[in-house]
Amino acid sequence: MRTWGTPAAVGVISAAGLVSALLGDGVVDALATAAAAAPLAVATWALLARRR
Amino acid sequence: MSPRRIRTWSWLHTWSSLVCTAFLLMLCLTGLPLVFHDEIDDALNPERWQPAHPGTARLDLDELLARALAARPGEVPLFLSFDTDRPVVNVTSGAHPSVSEAAMHFASWDWTSGARVPPADNGEALMHFLLQLHTDLFLGLPGMLFLGAMGVLFTVAVVSGVVLYGPFMRKLDFGTVRTRRSPRVKWLDYHNLLGIVTLAWVLLVTLTGVVNTLAEPIVERWRQVALADLVAGRDGEGVPRQPSSLQAAVDAARAAAPGMVLQFVAFPGVAFTTNHHYAIFLHGNTPLTEHLVTPVLVDARDGTLIGLREMPWYAKALSLSKPLHFGDYAGLPLKILWAALTVITLIVLGSGVYLWLVRRANAAPPLVSAVAEQAGRRESGAA
Repeated sequence: MRTWGTPAAVGVISAAGLVSALLGDGVVDALATAAAAAPLAVATWALLARRR
Repeated sequence: MSPRRIRTWSWLHTWSSLVCTAFLLMLCLTGLPLVFHDEIDDALNPERWQPAHPGTARLDLDELLARALAARPGEVPLFLSFDTDRPVVNVTSGAHPSVSEAAMHFASWDWTSGARVPPADNGEALMHFLLQLHTDLFLGLPGMLFLGAMGVLFTVAVVSGVVLYGPFMRKLDFGTVRTRRSPRVKWLDYHNLLGIVTLAWVLLVTLTGVVNTLAEPIVERWRQVALADLVAGRDGEGVPRQPSSLQAAVDAARAAAPGMVLQFVAFPGVAFTTNHHYAIFLHGNTPLTEHLVTPVLVDARDGTLIGLREMPWYAKALSLSKPLHFGDYAGLPLKILWAALTVITLIVLGSGVYLWLVRRANAAPPLVSAVAEQAGRRESGAA
Protein backbone atom coordinates (compact mmCIF):
# COMPACT_ATOMS: atom_id res chain seq x y z
CA MET A 1 0.00 0.00 0.00
CA ARG A 2 2.85 2.36 0.92
CA THR A 3 4.50 1.73 -2.42
CA TRP A 4 1.50 1.50 -4.69
CA GLY A 5 -1.32 3.52 -3.08
CA THR A 6 -0.51 6.94 -4.51
CA PRO A 7 0.62 5.75 -7.97
CA ALA A 8 -2.55 3.65 -8.32
CA ALA A 9 -4.78 6.57 -7.29
CA VAL A 10 -3.01 8.95 -9.70
CA GLY A 11 -3.30 6.40 -12.51
CA VAL A 12 -7.02 5.82 -11.99
CA ILE A 13 -7.86 9.52 -11.67
CA SER A 14 -5.82 10.58 -14.70
CA ALA A 15 -7.13 7.71 -16.85
CA ALA A 16 -10.71 8.60 -15.90
CA GLY A 17 -10.04 12.24 -16.83
CA LEU A 18 -8.41 11.38 -20.15
CA VAL A 19 -11.31 9.17 -21.23
CA SER A 20 -14.18 11.28 -19.86
CA ALA A 21 -12.91 14.36 -21.74
CA LEU A 22 -14.07 12.50 -24.85
CA LEU A 23 -17.61 12.23 -23.53
CA GLY A 24 -18.63 15.82 -22.98
CA ASP A 25 -18.03 19.50 -23.59
CA GLY A 26 -17.78 22.58 -21.40
CA VAL A 27 -17.82 21.74 -17.70
CA VAL A 28 -17.17 18.05 -18.41
CA ASP A 29 -14.05 19.00 -20.38
CA ALA A 30 -12.83 21.25 -17.58
CA LEU A 31 -13.36 18.61 -14.86
CA ALA A 32 -11.85 15.89 -17.03
CA THR A 33 -8.78 17.99 -17.81
CA ALA A 34 -8.34 18.75 -14.09
CA ALA A 35 -8.47 15.02 -13.34
CA ALA A 36 -6.07 14.26 -16.19
CA ALA A 37 -3.66 16.80 -14.67
CA ALA A 38 -3.34 14.73 -11.47
CA PRO A 39 0.16 13.50 -12.46
CA LEU A 40 1.41 17.09 -12.74
CA ALA A 41 -0.06 18.06 -9.39
CA VAL A 42 1.32 15.01 -7.59
CA ALA A 43 4.76 15.30 -9.21
CA THR A 44 4.96 18.98 -8.30
CA TRP A 45 3.94 18.21 -4.71
CA ALA A 46 6.49 15.42 -4.44
CA LEU A 47 9.30 17.52 -5.89
CA LEU A 48 8.55 20.29 -3.38
CA ALA A 49 7.73 18.24 -0.30
CA ARG A 50 9.71 15.04 -0.61
CA ARG A 51 13.22 16.32 -1.39
CA ARG A 52 15.72 15.21 1.18
CA MET B 1 10.61 -10.89 -5.96
CA SER B 2 13.72 -13.07 -6.29
CA PRO B 3 17.07 -11.44 -7.19
CA ARG B 4 17.11 -13.36 -10.44
CA ARG B 5 13.72 -12.02 -11.45
CA ILE B 6 14.73 -8.48 -10.60
CA ARG B 7 17.81 -8.82 -12.82
CA THR B 8 15.73 -10.28 -15.65
CA TRP B 9 13.16 -7.45 -15.47
CA SER B 10 15.99 -4.93 -15.24
CA TRP B 11 17.64 -6.33 -18.36
CA LEU B 12 14.28 -6.21 -20.18
CA HIS B 13 13.63 -2.64 -19.03
CA THR B 14 17.10 -1.43 -20.01
CA TRP B 15 17.23 -2.91 -23.49
CA SER B 16 13.61 -2.43 -24.52
CA SER B 17 14.03 1.24 -23.55
CA LEU B 18 17.40 1.76 -25.20
CA VAL B 19 16.34 0.29 -28.54
CA CYS B 20 13.34 2.60 -28.89
CA THR B 21 14.58 5.72 -27.06
CA ALA B 22 15.91 7.58 -30.11
CA PHE B 23 12.59 7.10 -31.92
CA LEU B 24 10.59 8.03 -28.81
CA LEU B 25 12.64 11.24 -28.49
CA MET B 26 11.87 12.05 -32.14
CA LEU B 27 8.15 11.28 -31.63
CA CYS B 28 7.96 13.49 -28.54
CA LEU B 29 9.79 16.39 -30.20
CA THR B 30 7.72 16.25 -33.40
CA GLY B 31 4.51 15.58 -31.46
CA LEU B 32 4.84 18.74 -29.38
CA PRO B 33 4.20 21.21 -32.26
CA LEU B 34 1.65 18.85 -33.81
CA VAL B 35 -0.50 19.07 -30.65
CA PHE B 36 -0.76 22.82 -31.28
CA HIS B 37 -1.19 22.67 -35.06
CA ASP B 38 -4.46 24.65 -35.01
CA GLU B 39 -2.99 27.41 -32.86
CA ILE B 40 0.19 27.53 -34.96
CA ASP B 41 -1.84 27.70 -38.19
CA ASP B 42 -3.91 30.56 -36.79
CA ALA B 43 -0.83 32.44 -35.60
CA LEU B 44 0.99 32.09 -38.92
CA ASN B 45 -2.10 32.92 -41.00
CA PRO B 46 -3.75 35.77 -39.12
CA GLU B 47 -5.90 37.05 -42.02
CA ARG B 48 -9.40 35.71 -41.48
CA TRP B 49 -11.20 34.60 -44.63
CA GLN B 50 -14.89 35.44 -44.89
CA PRO B 51 -17.46 33.81 -47.21
CA ALA B 52 -18.76 36.01 -50.05
CA HIS B 53 -22.41 35.61 -49.02
CA PRO B 54 -22.59 34.64 -45.35
CA GLY B 55 -25.95 33.29 -44.25
CA THR B 56 -27.21 32.59 -47.77
CA ALA B 57 -28.09 29.25 -49.37
CA ARG B 58 -25.16 27.10 -50.35
CA LEU B 59 -24.33 26.24 -53.94
CA ASP B 60 -25.29 22.95 -55.52
CA LEU B 61 -22.37 20.55 -55.04
CA ASP B 62 -22.42 19.52 -58.72
CA GLU B 63 -21.96 23.16 -59.72
CA LEU B 64 -19.20 23.69 -57.21
CA LEU B 65 -17.45 20.50 -58.31
CA ALA B 66 -17.68 21.57 -61.97
CA ARG B 67 -15.97 24.86 -61.12
CA ALA B 68 -13.24 23.08 -59.17
CA LEU B 69 -12.57 20.64 -62.02
CA ALA B 70 -12.57 23.45 -64.61
CA ALA B 71 -9.54 24.80 -62.76
CA ARG B 72 -7.82 21.38 -63.04
CA PRO B 73 -8.38 20.25 -66.65
CA GLY B 74 -7.81 16.55 -67.26
CA GLU B 75 -8.20 15.60 -63.59
CA VAL B 76 -10.91 13.61 -61.84
CA PRO B 77 -12.35 14.26 -58.37
CA LEU B 78 -11.03 12.01 -55.60
CA PHE B 79 -12.35 13.41 -52.33
CA LEU B 80 -14.61 16.20 -51.15
CA SER B 81 -14.43 17.36 -47.54
CA PHE B 82 -16.29 20.01 -45.60
CA ASP B 83 -14.93 22.48 -43.05
CA THR B 84 -16.82 22.38 -39.77
CA ASP B 85 -16.52 26.05 -38.85
CA ARG B 86 -17.04 27.82 -42.19
CA PRO B 87 -18.88 27.21 -45.48
CA VAL B 88 -15.91 25.78 -47.34
CA VAL B 89 -15.69 22.69 -49.54
CA ASN B 90 -12.26 21.14 -50.10
CA VAL B 91 -11.76 19.32 -53.39
CA THR B 92 -8.96 16.81 -53.87
CA SER B 93 -8.33 15.85 -57.49
CA GLY B 94 -5.81 13.87 -59.50
CA ALA B 95 -4.99 12.48 -62.93
CA HIS B 96 -6.75 9.18 -62.11
CA PRO B 97 -8.45 7.58 -59.06
CA SER B 98 -5.40 5.57 -57.98
CA VAL B 99 -2.93 8.46 -58.13
CA SER B 100 -0.38 8.62 -55.29
CA GLU B 101 -0.99 11.03 -52.43
CA ALA B 102 1.95 13.18 -53.50
CA ALA B 103 0.39 13.68 -56.94
CA MET B 104 -3.02 14.77 -55.60
CA HIS B 105 -4.10 18.40 -55.82
CA PHE B 106 -6.03 20.09 -53.02
CA ALA B 107 -8.04 23.32 -53.27
CA SER B 108 -10.69 25.00 -51.12
CA TRP B 109 -13.84 26.65 -52.46
CA ASP B 110 -16.39 29.09 -51.04
CA TRP B 111 -19.63 27.11 -50.73
CA THR B 112 -21.66 30.35 -50.94
CA SER B 113 -20.13 31.76 -54.15
CA GLY B 114 -17.95 29.11 -55.81
CA ALA B 115 -14.90 31.37 -55.51
CA ARG B 116 -11.51 29.92 -54.67
CA VAL B 117 -10.53 30.28 -51.01
CA PRO B 118 -6.93 31.48 -50.79
CA PRO B 119 -4.79 28.82 -49.10
CA ALA B 120 -3.69 29.66 -45.57
CA ASP B 121 -0.44 27.81 -46.04
CA ASN B 122 2.16 29.74 -44.06
CA GLY B 123 4.01 27.12 -42.07
CA GLU B 124 2.10 24.31 -43.77
CA ALA B 125 5.24 22.78 -45.30
CA LEU B 126 6.93 22.56 -41.90
CA MET B 127 3.86 21.04 -40.21
CA HIS B 128 3.50 18.55 -43.05
CA PHE B 129 7.17 17.62 -42.69
CA LEU B 130 6.76 17.08 -38.94
CA LEU B 131 3.58 15.05 -39.42
CA GLN B 132 5.20 12.78 -42.00
CA LEU B 133 8.27 12.28 -39.82
CA HIS B 134 6.04 11.55 -36.82
CA THR B 135 3.73 9.22 -38.75
CA ASP B 136 5.94 7.12 -41.01
CA LEU B 137 9.52 8.51 -41.19
CA PHE B 138 8.76 9.28 -44.89
CA LEU B 139 8.71 5.53 -45.55
CA GLY B 140 4.98 4.95 -45.99
CA LEU B 141 3.46 1.80 -44.54
CA PRO B 142 6.81 0.17 -43.61
CA GLY B 143 7.72 3.29 -41.64
CA MET B 144 4.34 3.29 -39.88
CA LEU B 145 4.68 -0.36 -38.92
CA PHE B 146 8.25 0.19 -37.74
CA LEU B 147 7.14 3.02 -35.46
CA GLY B 148 4.30 0.77 -34.26
CA ALA B 149 6.89 -1.84 -33.32
CA MET B 150 8.84 0.83 -31.43
CA GLY B 151 5.59 1.64 -29.60
CA VAL B 152 5.18 -2.01 -28.61
CA LEU B 153 8.78 -2.06 -27.39
CA PHE B 154 8.17 1.10 -25.37
CA THR B 155 5.12 -0.54 -23.82
CA VAL B 156 7.38 -3.41 -22.72
CA ALA B 157 9.77 -0.83 -21.25
CA VAL B 158 6.95 0.87 -19.36
CA VAL B 159 5.49 -2.37 -18.00
CA SER B 160 8.92 -3.67 -16.92
CA GLY B 161 9.59 -0.28 -15.31
CA VAL B 162 6.38 -0.65 -13.27
CA VAL B 163 7.44 -4.14 -12.19
CA LEU B 164 10.81 -2.77 -11.03
CA TYR B 165 9.25 0.23 -9.27
CA GLY B 166 8.09 -1.94 -6.36
CA PRO B 167 11.48 -3.35 -5.29
CA PHE B 168 13.21 -0.01 -5.89
CA MET B 169 10.73 1.97 -3.79
CA ARG B 170 10.15 -0.63 -1.08
CA LYS B 171 12.01 1.33 1.61
CA LEU B 172 11.14 4.81 0.42
CA ASP B 173 8.07 6.98 0.80
CA PHE B 174 6.26 7.76 -2.43
CA GLY B 175 7.88 10.62 -4.33
CA THR B 176 11.15 10.68 -2.37
CA VAL B 177 13.93 12.47 -4.25
CA ARG B 178 17.30 12.02 -2.56
CA THR B 179 18.96 15.25 -3.72
CA ARG B 180 21.87 14.95 -1.25
CA ARG B 181 22.96 11.60 -2.59
CA SER B 182 24.96 11.09 -5.78
CA PRO B 183 23.59 12.48 -9.09
CA ARG B 184 22.94 8.89 -10.12
CA VAL B 185 20.63 8.25 -7.14
CA LYS B 186 18.97 11.66 -7.52
CA TRP B 187 18.18 11.06 -11.19
CA LEU B 188 17.01 7.52 -10.47
CA ASP B 189 14.48 9.03 -8.03
CA TYR B 190 13.37 11.61 -10.62
CA HIS B 191 13.09 8.82 -13.20
CA ASN B 192 10.96 6.67 -10.87
CA LEU B 193 8.71 9.50 -9.68
CA LEU B 194 8.00 11.04 -13.08
CA GLY B 195 7.69 7.66 -14.76
CA ILE B 196 5.16 6.25 -12.31
CA VAL B 197 2.87 9.33 -12.11
CA THR B 198 2.64 9.65 -15.90
CA LEU B 199 2.05 5.92 -16.39
CA ALA B 200 -1.64 6.13 -17.43
CA TRP B 201 -1.03 8.93 -19.92
CA VAL B 202 2.09 7.32 -21.40
CA LEU B 203 0.31 4.00 -21.89
CA LEU B 204 -2.70 5.75 -23.45
CA VAL B 205 -0.61 7.77 -25.91
CA THR B 206 1.67 4.85 -26.74
CA LEU B 207 -1.08 2.28 -27.33
CA THR B 208 -3.24 4.69 -29.37
CA GLY B 209 -0.12 5.53 -31.36
CA VAL B 210 0.40 1.84 -32.07
CA VAL B 211 -3.23 1.55 -33.22
CA ASN B 212 -2.74 4.59 -35.48
CA THR B 213 0.22 2.92 -37.15
CA LEU B 214 -2.18 0.18 -38.24
CA ALA B 215 -4.50 2.68 -39.98
CA GLU B 216 -3.86 1.45 -43.50
CA PRO B 217 -4.45 -2.27 -42.82
CA ILE B 218 -7.51 -1.41 -40.70
CA VAL B 219 -9.09 0.76 -43.39
CA GLU B 220 -8.31 -1.84 -46.04
CA ARG B 221 -9.90 -4.60 -43.97
CA TRP B 222 -12.96 -2.45 -43.31
CA ARG B 223 -13.28 -1.72 -47.01
CA GLN B 224 -12.84 -5.32 -48.08
CA VAL B 225 -14.78 -7.12 -45.36
CA ALA B 226 -17.27 -4.79 -43.74
CA LEU B 227 -18.41 -3.02 -46.91
CA ALA B 228 -18.23 -6.08 -49.12
CA ASP B 229 -21.79 -7.20 -48.49
CA LEU B 230 -23.10 -3.76 -49.35
CA VAL B 231 -21.62 -3.89 -52.82
CA ALA B 232 -21.83 -7.64 -53.45
CA GLY B 233 -22.62 -8.23 -57.09
CA ARG B 234 -22.50 -4.53 -57.88
CA ASP B 235 -18.77 -4.02 -58.44
CA GLY B 236 -16.32 -5.24 -61.03
CA GLU B 237 -16.69 -2.65 -63.74
CA GLY B 238 -14.68 0.48 -64.40
CA VAL B 239 -15.31 3.94 -63.01
CA PRO B 240 -18.43 5.45 -64.67
CA ARG B 241 -17.65 8.12 -67.26
CA GLN B 242 -20.72 10.18 -66.43
CA PRO B 243 -21.46 9.66 -62.73
CA SER B 244 -24.87 10.53 -61.32
CA SER B 245 -25.52 13.78 -59.43
CA LEU B 246 -23.21 14.30 -56.44
CA GLN B 247 -25.74 16.60 -54.75
CA ALA B 248 -28.49 13.99 -55.08
CA ALA B 249 -26.16 11.34 -53.65
CA VAL B 250 -25.30 13.55 -50.66
CA ASP B 251 -28.99 14.36 -50.10
CA ALA B 252 -29.84 10.66 -50.17
CA ALA B 253 -27.06 9.90 -47.66
CA ARG B 254 -28.25 12.65 -45.31
CA ALA B 255 -31.80 11.32 -45.50
CA ALA B 256 -30.53 7.82 -44.69
CA ALA B 257 -28.59 9.05 -41.64
CA PRO B 258 -30.67 11.84 -40.09
CA GLY B 259 -28.96 13.96 -37.45
CA MET B 260 -25.49 13.12 -38.68
CA VAL B 261 -22.97 15.62 -40.02
CA LEU B 262 -21.44 15.44 -43.50
CA GLN B 263 -17.69 14.84 -43.25
CA PHE B 264 -16.34 13.81 -46.63
CA VAL B 265 -17.13 12.10 -49.91
CA ALA B 266 -14.93 9.51 -51.61
CA PHE B 267 -15.45 9.35 -55.36
CA PRO B 268 -15.68 6.07 -57.30
CA GLY B 269 -12.34 4.31 -57.69
CA VAL B 270 -10.46 5.72 -54.69
CA ALA B 271 -9.28 3.66 -51.73
CA PHE B 272 -12.31 4.22 -49.49
CA THR B 273 -14.94 2.94 -51.92
CA THR B 274 -15.51 0.82 -55.03
CA ASN B 275 -15.20 1.59 -58.72
CA HIS B 276 -18.73 2.87 -59.03
CA HIS B 277 -19.96 4.02 -55.65
CA TYR B 278 -19.89 7.34 -53.94
CA ALA B 279 -18.92 6.68 -50.32
CA ILE B 280 -20.40 9.49 -48.27
CA PHE B 281 -19.02 9.64 -44.73
CA LEU B 282 -21.05 11.25 -42.00
CA HIS B 283 -20.15 11.60 -38.33
CA GLY B 284 -22.17 11.93 -35.14
CA ASN B 285 -22.95 15.20 -33.40
CA THR B 286 -21.96 14.46 -29.80
CA PRO B 287 -18.45 14.88 -28.35
CA LEU B 288 -17.92 11.11 -28.55
CA THR B 289 -19.71 10.26 -31.81
CA GLU B 290 -18.15 13.16 -33.74
CA HIS B 291 -15.08 10.92 -33.97
CA LEU B 292 -17.05 7.99 -35.38
CA VAL B 293 -18.01 7.98 -39.05
CA THR B 294 -20.69 6.05 -40.87
CA PRO B 295 -20.29 5.48 -44.61
CA VAL B 296 -23.30 5.58 -46.90
CA LEU B 297 -22.84 4.05 -50.34
CA VAL B 298 -24.66 5.47 -53.34
CA ASP B 299 -24.37 3.90 -56.80
CA ALA B 300 -22.69 6.52 -58.99
CA ARG B 301 -24.20 5.04 -62.18
CA ASP B 302 -27.83 5.63 -61.32
CA GLY B 303 -27.96 7.37 -57.93
CA THR B 304 -29.43 4.35 -56.11
CA LEU B 305 -28.94 4.40 -52.36
CA ILE B 306 -27.17 1.15 -51.48
CA GLY B 307 -27.13 1.47 -47.70
CA LEU B 308 -25.07 2.45 -44.69
CA ARG B 309 -22.90 0.55 -42.29
CA GLU B 310 -21.81 1.37 -38.75
CA MET B 311 -18.08 1.12 -38.20
CA PRO B 312 -16.84 -2.26 -36.94
CA TRP B 313 -15.11 -2.24 -33.54
CA TYR B 314 -11.62 -2.10 -34.99
CA ALA B 315 -12.44 0.93 -37.13
CA LYS B 316 -14.05 2.62 -34.11
CA ALA B 317 -10.87 1.90 -32.13
CA LEU B 318 -8.83 3.55 -34.87
CA SER B 319 -11.11 6.61 -34.99
CA LEU B 320 -10.99 7.11 -31.22
CA SER B 321 -7.24 6.52 -31.16
CA LYS B 322 -6.53 9.66 -33.17
CA PRO B 323 -7.86 12.24 -30.67
CA LEU B 324 -6.65 10.19 -27.70
CA HIS B 325 -3.16 10.18 -29.21
CA PHE B 326 -2.93 13.85 -30.18
CA GLY B 327 -4.87 15.30 -27.22
CA ASP B 328 -6.91 17.69 -29.33
CA TYR B 329 -10.35 16.72 -28.04
CA ALA B 330 -10.96 19.04 -25.09
CA GLY B 331 -9.62 22.46 -25.99
CA LEU B 332 -6.41 24.34 -25.24
CA PRO B 333 -6.09 23.35 -21.53
CA LEU B 334 -5.85 19.67 -22.46
CA LYS B 335 -3.34 20.49 -25.20
CA ILE B 336 -1.18 22.37 -22.68
CA LEU B 337 -1.42 19.36 -20.35
CA TRP B 338 -0.41 17.12 -23.27
CA ALA B 339 2.65 19.29 -23.88
CA ALA B 340 3.63 19.27 -20.20
CA LEU B 341 3.32 15.48 -20.01
CA THR B 342 5.34 15.17 -23.22
CA VAL B 343 8.13 17.25 -21.66
CA ILE B 344 8.03 15.01 -18.56
CA THR B 345 8.30 11.97 -20.83
CA LEU B 346 11.37 13.56 -22.44
CA ILE B 347 12.88 13.91 -18.96
CA VAL B 348 12.09 10.27 -18.13
CA LEU B 349 13.65 9.12 -21.41
CA GLY B 350 16.69 11.37 -20.98
CA SER B 351 17.23 10.34 -17.36
CA GLY B 352 17.00 6.68 -18.37
CA VAL B 353 19.75 7.13 -20.92
CA TYR B 354 21.79 9.14 -18.38
CA LEU B 355 21.50 6.36 -15.77
CA TRP B 356 22.65 3.79 -18.30
CA LEU B 357 25.58 5.92 -19.50
CA VAL B 358 26.77 6.77 -15.97
CA ARG B 359 26.68 3.12 -14.99
CA ARG B 360 28.79 2.19 -18.02
CA ALA B 361 31.23 5.13 -17.71
CA ASN B 362 31.92 4.63 -13.99
CA ALA B 363 31.71 0.86 -14.10
CA ALA B 364 29.66 1.44 -10.97
CA PRO B 365 27.77 -1.47 -9.50
CA PRO B 366 24.30 -1.22 -10.94
CA LEU B 367 21.66 -0.01 -8.52
CA VAL B 368 19.64 -3.02 -9.49
CA SER B 369 22.34 -5.26 -7.92
CA ALA B 370 21.89 -3.59 -4.56
CA VAL B 371 18.13 -3.95 -4.79
CA ALA B 372 18.45 -7.57 -5.90
CA GLU B 373 20.87 -8.32 -3.02
CA GLN B 374 18.41 -6.80 -0.55
CA ALA B 375 15.67 -8.92 -2.04
CA GLY B 376 17.92 -11.98 -1.74
CA ARG B 377 18.63 -11.25 1.94
CA ARG B 378 14.91 -10.84 2.59
CA GLU B 379 14.21 -14.17 0.94
CA SER B 380 16.97 -15.87 2.99
CA GLY B 381 15.62 -14.31 6.19
CA ALA B 382 12.12 -15.46 5.40
CA ALA B 383 13.41 -18.99 4.79
